[in-house]
Amino acid sequence: MSHLLEVIDLEVKFGLRFGDLTAINGIRFTLDRGERMGLVGESGAGKSVTGFAIINLISKPGFISGGQVIFNGQDLTRLGAEQMRDIRGNHISMIFQDPMMTLNPVLTIGTQMIETLLAHRQINRRDAKKIALEKLRKVQIPSPEKRLGQYPHEFSGGMRQRIVIAIALITDPEIIIADEPTTALDVTIQAEIMDLLQQLCESERTGLILITHDLGVVSQVTEKMAVMYAGKIVESGPTDRVVGNPRHPYTQGLIKAIPGNLQPGARLSQIPGMMPTLTDIPPGCAFNPRCPLSDAICRKQEPPFVVVDHQTREVACHMVNPEPSEKTP
Amino acid sequence: MTIAPTPRTDQLLTLRNVVKHFDISGGLLDQLRFKNGRLTRRRTTVKAVNNVSFSITAGETFSVVGESGCGKSTLVRTTIGIYPPNSGEILYRDQRIDNKNAQQMLPFRRKMQMIFQDPYASLNPRKTVMQTLEEPVVFHNPRISSADVRQRVATVMSQVGVDPKWAGRYPHEFSGGQRQRISIARALMVDPEFIVADEPVSALDVSIQAQILNLLMDAQQQRGLTYLFITHDLSVVEHISTRVAVMYLGTLCELSPAKPLFETPRHPYTQALLSAIPKLGRPASQHIRLRGEVPTPIHLPSGCVFHGRCIHANQRCRGEIPMPKQVETGVIVACHGIEEGRI
Repeated sequence: MSHLLEVIDLEVKFGLRFGDLTAINGIRFTLDRGERMGLVGESGAGKSVTGFAIINLISKPGFISGGQVIFNGQDLTRLGAEQMRDIRGNHISMIFQDPMMTLNPVLTIGTQMIETLLAHRQINRRDAKKIALEKLRKVQIPSPEKRLGQYPHEFSGGMRQRIVIAIALITDPEIIIADEPTTALDVTIQAEIMDLLQQLCESERTGLILITHDLGVVSQVTEKMAVMYAGKIVESGPTDRVVGNPRHPYTQGLIKAIPGNLQPGARLSQIPGMMPTLTDIPPGCAFNPRCPLSDAICRKQEPPFVVVDHQTREVACHMVNPEPSEKTP
Repeated sequence: MTIAPTPRTDQLLTLRNVVKHFDISGGLLDQLRFKNGRLTRRRTTVKAVNNVSFSITAGETFSVVGESGCGKSTLVRTTIGIYPPNSGEILYRDQRIDNKNAQQMLPFRRKMQMIFQDPYASLNPRKTVMQTLEEPVVFHNPRISSADVRQRVATVMSQVGVDPKWAGRYPHEFSGGQRQRISIARALMVDPEFIVADEPVSALDVSIQAQILNLLMDAQQQRGLTYLFITHDLSVVEHISTRVAVMYLGTLCELSPAKPLFETPRHPYTQALLSAIPKLGRPASQHIRLRGEVPTPIHLPSGCVFHGRCIHANQRCRGEIPMPKQVETGVIVACHGIEEGRI
C-alpha cells in the first residue's frame, strides 16, 4: 500500500565557505491520511529543517542534497518552483510558532484567508468568503462575520493561532506541518489549540506532522513519533511505545530529564554535555560522548537502524539488539 | 529540599497587601478624551498586582505560577525592590524594605539576588565572565583585594560547573546552558540568602534544563538558600517547590504546599491550569476547558477576577472580591464557592 507521504533518506546540506555542512541526513518516515506524527528533539536537532525540506522550502545556502519526498506518487524534491507552489499551502500547509509573525499585520484576516483561497482555487470572492467563514467556525472563533474584518492585533495570542490554523485548513490540505505551534502560548491555551488540531485532523482526515521539543505534547496528540538528534532520527515508532519504553539512550535520557516523573525534590537525571553543533559532530554515533553505554564501536561506526518491538520500531543504536523472540521464525 | 512544616518563626520575607499599578496613560495630551461634548482627562492604569500577601520561610522554594500577564514577574520584582509598591508593606527579616532609599537598601541588596530568564540578554556581551562576576563582589566589598576576588570567582565558577580557566572569555563563547550557569554564578558571588529566579530554565532545552535545576537544588542545599521561583512550567514547579502561589490577573487565588496543590487543587482556576499540563502518557482532551479569555488588567472584572471564566460563578462572585481563607493547614484559597462549600 502506498503512503500519502514517504520521506526516503532525506538529506539537507548547507553550503558554506569552508565546505558543506550536513544539517539532516538519512531521514525517513511515512505518513498516511489522517495520521498524526511527532518529530521531537532539542534545538538544533534538525526538526524544523526536516519540516521545511518536505515542502522544499530550504533557503540558500541550504539545499536538499539527497533523498526523496514522495507525496501522492510524485517526488517533491524534483518539482519546479511553479509546481511546488501548487503543493504548498494547497496540499501541504505549514503552521509556525509565532502567529504574529505569520499573519500580515496590515491586512484583515478576511483578506488573508480569501487571498490564500483565490491563489489556489478558481472561485469568486463571495464563495471564498463563505469558505473562510466556515473555517473560522471550525476553529471555534466566536462571531466570525465580525472577526473577518478585523486585523491580527485585535486578536489574542490563542485566537491568532486559531486563525493561522484556519488559514492552513482553508484549502483542505492532505497534510499539515505544525512547527512548535503552541510554544509561544500559555498552557491552558496550548491545551485548547492542541485539542483543536487533533479534532480537525481526525474529522478532515488530515495528516499531521507535529514538530516540537515537548514530549508531553507529542505523547498526547500523536500516534507515532520520531526522535531526532544531531540531524538524524535515532528512534521511531508508535508514540505510546517510544514514550513508555524508550530504547535509545538519548530518548531514555530525555524522558528521564523531564521533571514530574520523579519524586519531587529528587535530583533529575541529566544528560551530561550538550548536543554537538553541526561543525563538530563526533565520528561514529553522534550521541556517543554523552551516552552512558557508549563503547569502542560507537566511536567508530555509525549505528544502523535496528528493528525491535514486533517490527514496529526502529532504533539507531549499537547497544540495542533485535530481541530474538521478535525475529521472524 | 527538606523543608518540614516549620513553625512560622523564621520568616525571611513577608508581603502585606502589596499593590502595584502602572500608569500607562502617557502625557497630558494622550490622557485627554472628548466625550459627550466635553473634554475629560482620563488615566489608564495596569493593575498588575492587587492586594497580595504571603510570607516566605527561610530555606524553602516558593514558586509563583500563572499565565502570561498574571502579574507574577511584577510581583517578584516588587518584592525585591526593583519596583516600589503603590501600597502595602514588604518586610525582610521583620524590617520594612519597601520604604528604604537606595543607600539604605544596600545591605539588603547583597542578601537578595536575581537570576533572569534569558541568559543571552542578561549577561553584558562586552564584559568577560571575570568582569561580570567580580563586579557585584567589588561593589559590595570595596576594600576586598583583587587576589581575593579572583579566588572567589574561581571558587564560584567551579561550583556552578564552569571551568575557571574560561574566566577571560566573553558570553558569546558559551552555550545557553553555560551562560545560565554564569548568571547563577553572578547571583551567588555575594553569598546571598535569597534568590529570585524569573523563569530561569524556560529558554533551555530539556536535557540542559535538568542540569540547571540540579545545580539550583545543589546550591540551595549547600548554602541554605531561599528561592522565589517564577515559571510557567508546572512540571518544574511540582518538582522543585516547597510551596506554590497561583496567580490570576494580579490576584492570589491559591497558596498551598506543593504536594496537596498538585494532588487536590482547590481553586477552579488552579484545577483548570493543572489539568492543562501535557503529561507523558495522559491522553489529551481531558483538560478542563475555560470559557472566554483572560480579561486585561486595565479593566479588572468586579468581584472575583476569575468569575467570567468560572463555571461555578454566581451572583456573589460577580460582586464581592473573595478574601484568602485558610481551608486546611497551610492551604489558602480565595474563592467564595469553596468558602460556602459549593465546590
